[in-house]
Amino acid sequence: MDNMMETAKEYQEYVNQKSPNSPIWKNCFNAFWIGGLICSIGQIIFSFCLYKGLDETTSGTIVSITLIALSAFLTALNWFNKIGKIAGAGSLIPITGFANSIVAPAMEYKSEGYVMGVGAKMFTVAGPVLVYGISSGIIVGLIYFLFNAQAVLV
Amino acid sequence: MEFWQNFDWSLLLRCFIVGGFICIIGQILIDKTKLTPARILVMFVTIGTILGGLGIYKYLVDFAGCGATVPLTGFGNNLAKGTIEAVKENGFIGIFTGGLKACAGGVAAAVFFGYIASLISKPKMKKQ
Repeated sequence: MDNMMETAKEYQEYVNQKSPNSPIWKNCFNAFWIGGLICSIGQIIFSFCLYKGLDETTSGTIVSITLIALSAFLTALNWFNKIGKIAGAGSLIPITGFANSIVAPAMEYKSEGYVMGVGAKMFTVAGPVLVYGISSGIIVGLIYFLFNAQAVLV
Repeated sequence: MEFWQNFDWSLLLRCFIVGGFICIIGQILIDKTKLTPARILVMFVTIGTILGGLGIYKYLVDFAGCGATVPLTGFGNNLAKGTIEAVKENGFIGIFTGGLKACAGGVAAAVFFGYIASLISKPKMKKQ
């Protein structure tokens, strides 16, 4: 028994030694500059929309739509995966990751048909994001309503 | 071009740094925890909604522009902001209409372009 424990411990040490040390600093650096770059592209589009005389809400929507369209087509061309391998969270956390999470499963399950394959599998990741996003938004609205009911009703 | 002459370069720098830092938080979560990407995305949206609801996130947006709005926390903030604005305008029903109205463009674009992209792509045998 004692011997077995010893072996298990040794084995664990061996595994720790052999398994690749996740290069967290390098990953963070890549996430930083690629994530920053994606946001900067958004900022340039946003500033350009303002410069063209659009209001802030519309400009923000145009930024989202442009970045989403861009990452959808990059995903379709299989380029997004290559960027994502280097960028990690750098391409996942910006809205590009949301678009990619819709397109990637849609592509993967295309062979299962256009309704239950593409149509349903699109939302494997985006579904939860929308469920929790919308629900927490409604809770925020409810709390705001309760605390400001007087001001709203009068 | 006149656009580039009036361009706010310091805002772009702040946008780059803040956007990058938000992604670093995500990267640390990926490397140091066993959270799946789906859970991380859900977390970021929910945190964004809470910070937006508390009125904190708008200071980050004022400071960093798209550095705060492009990450998914900005998507959450947009939901909260839209809901609160709709409640101010329409009262109770705004709780349900405001959030989706505010992010309608993004969601509709993601669904539509996602569908088109999957149509034009060839199915792969192996993912990633």
